[in-house]
Amino acid sequence: MANFINFFYAAILSGTPLLFGTTGEILCEKAGGLNLGVEGMMWIGAFAGFYTAWKTESVFLAFLVAFASAALGALLYAFLTITLKTNQNVTGLTLTTFGIGISTVLGFAMTENAGGNPQISSEFMSKLAPIEIPFLSSIPYIGKMFLNYNPFVYIAIVIAIVIALIFKFSKTGLAIRAIGENPSAADAAGINVTLHKYLCTIIGGGICGIGGAYMSIITLNGTWQSGGGVVGGYGWIAVALVIFASWSSAKAIIGSFIFGAFTCLQYYIGQFSFLPAFIREMPVSIYQMLPFLLTTIVLIISSVNSKKISSEPHSLGLNYFREDR
Amino acid sequence: MSDTQYAIELRGITKIFGEIIANDKVDLTVNNGEILALLGENGSGKTTLMNILSGIYHPDAGTIKINGKEVVINSPKDSFALKIGMIHQHFKLVEVMTAFENILLGTNNKLNRKKAAEEIKTLCDKFSLKIDLKKRVCNMSVSEKQTVEIVKVLYRGANILILDEPTAVLTPQETQNLFEILRAMKKDGKAVIIITHKLNEVLEISDRVMILRKGKSIDSIETAKANAKILTEAMVGQAIDLEIERPETEKEPHALDVRHLSVKGADGRMALKDVTFDISSGEILGVAGVAGSGQKELCETIAGLHKVEKGAILFKKENIVGKTPSEIIKAGISMSFIPEDRLGMGLVASMDITHNMLLKSYKNSKGIFLDRKEAKKLAEDLVEKLSIKTPNVSTPVRLLSGGNVQKVLIGREIESNPQLLITAYPERGLDINSSYTIYNLINKQKQNGSSVLFIGEDLDVLLELCDRILVLCHGEVMGVVNAREVTKEDLGFMMAGQKISDGGENNG
Repeated sequence: MANFINFFYAAILSGTPLLFGTTGEILCEKAGGLNLGVEGMMWIGAFAGFYTAWKTESVFLAFLVAFASAALGALLYAFLTITLKTNQNVTGLTLTTFGIGISTVLGFAMTENAGGNPQISSEFMSKLAPIEIPFLSSIPYIGKMFLNYNPFVYIAIVIAIVIALIFKFSKTGLAIRAIGENPSAADAAGINVTLHKYLCTIIGGGICGIGGAYMSIITLNGTWQSGGGVVGGYGWIAVALVIFASWSSAKAIIGSFIFGAFTCLQYYIGQFSFLPAFIREMPVSIYQMLPFLLTTIVLIISSVNSKKISSEPHSLGLNYFREDR
Repeated sequence: MSDTQYAIELRGITKIFGEIIANDKVDLTVNNGEILALLGENGSGKTTLMNILSGIYHPDAGTIKINGKEVVINSPKDSFALKIGMIHQHFKLVEVMTAFENILLGTNNKLNRKKAAEEIKTLCDKFSLKIDLKKRVCNMSVSEKQTVEIVKVLYRGANILILDEPTAVLTPQETQNLFEILRAMKKDGKAVIIITHKLNEVLEISDRVMILRKGKSIDSIETAKANAKILTEAMVGQAIDLEIERPETEKEPHALDVRHLSVKGADGRMALKDVTFDISSGEILGVAGVAGSGQKELCETIAGLHKVEKGAILFKKENIVGKTPSEIIKAGISMSFIPEDRLGMGLVASMDITHNMLLKSYKNSKGIFLDRKEAKKLAEDLVEKLSIKTPNVSTPVRLLSGGNVQKVLIGREIESNPQLLITAYPERGLDINSSYTIYNLINKQKQNGSSVLFIGEDLDVLLELCDRILVLCHGEVMGVVNAREVTKEDLGFMMAGQKISDGGENNG
């Protein structure tokens, strides 16, 4: 039982950055922008957040800077695709390449500067320790499973729920959904299509950036691993998770934690004594591959399944040009 | 006409797209409580002009006055603020949302659902509009969608309504219903502009007709003093014969035999249910029906693009079910389907006319290189014969106006001299002159002994051009009637789902 609880706990922790990435991408895709730069924006957030944490020791500043720098990357994407009408796929891929590249290079420079792998102070890290809720956190099983996480786990869930509520109940949410479905209808209804698209892309990108900073600061325990895979493909999983969650950030909460479970299965599978030995002893690389395999399966299923009322925004990936003939 | 302020006053409006002048110093006025029909050939700039009023396009020159005040309209939002409401030819609705959500979209009202629903209900009662607020738009018929569009602009308090080809997709009964609504609006003091190609509708509904030709405003005629002949001549700039010919031909029955054909649509529902009919050679069989009654599936199935669930298609006594499209083309069947967006099927928008000709013929040329010469000659022939308006044959097709694009497509299909020509909506949105060119081309095919399956939307045309008419409703055949005998009203009832029993079988 203890093994299982540890596994559950680890799944939530590894699912959290996925949730940030997925929520951010959902916001962007709801307005019709297919931003494949999630991985890149997470990398930008990872470096910017880590560097700020290392230099300033302020949690607030670290995550604010992570948000702002990734949002800046998203702004670049927004300007290219919304204003200059470039191809969304190519632009997104470019943003990913750019984000990984610049963060890796700056990471090397930072390591050089520090003379070894930079390490965030333990004082800083203690501010991100799991929040102990008196009595509740010490309830057997339940306490550990649901009420003993670092603050950003809760922040991720709250952001996802707030965005789901916005889409369901608010006027702005209705407007954004209309833009993603049929921008010319939204335009004819007097909605400022360009403004909404920009805002969704930028804020969505910023949320992805927080996910990146979560990985470099919390997941990797405050040490920058120069040359290592800080974000390591989580951005791509997030892109697939958007489909898995059928463009609902509320469903993304569950989806992220399921995928989180798969990413950390490799560390726990050996401990599950109830499983037959050959499963426990399979090479670790098979388990490392699992989340990506699952991603592929999700993409295949979603491409086969074509319902009339699909939850995919109808004009996703298409640029809108008002005077198009 | 009084000297009081106009509801709308346009002076010297000019709009240029690249090399094409869509509007050239256009003047237009509308009074409150007046229905103005805007008439003009395709590419004469009607839709462009209305898009300028609704803020979609921005004019390059000219002034707009609303109720006597000069205004600048930069966006649809500005247009709403001036109480202008536009009902576009292609509805601007979000398909997956409900009618209610579509109506509220972009309004400044807080999402107070109860109050909004009450306001909408009051509006609907006032103009006797029927609407189900909770229904999703994608489950609606075309006429219901149009009602949503009308309610949408009325809910925003529009005093000036612009309708772009509103009757193109309606049954005669639905059209009458729409006209009742428009008359109610007129009585309410609203200014209405209606764009349509159908002269009888212009004469029926409008108070005044404004004619555009080649982007210029030609004339404004009071409807009471006009008739179809006067209007056509003003529009085209020359005298024209309004009769559609129906030449008598030698008929060989059962050129095409469709037996108990059932087909599933893209959404998994049955799009055609047990459809049985036949066409003789030298015959035009018309297909009438509300949009989406299975016409598209019928065309595609015969052309070999759609999977058949049940039934047989016999072309010259040979079953062609299961053959590939290229085998079917070789057998002498050709299809030209003009979808609502016109470019969807058959042409590649970014290629020029010559290359679009090549698409159909490249396989016949020898060697690995393309033979452009012949295609270019064909393209130039078509441009001349069908008077396609284009700078030259190497202009990308997407830069041509809708009607000219259609001429390219149907011209190419007819050029291959098929034994069965399937043509859907070939006159969709075309001006009179071009429509007649197309009817003549189709008649020529008939006289050559080909069979023609003509899928149409204008009942007047179907009645005059076709030999027999098949009526579809929800994928079922409501009956096949003799076009010389049937009335428009009967067709309307059949389109709405009333079956007739006789006349289904050809005498052969």
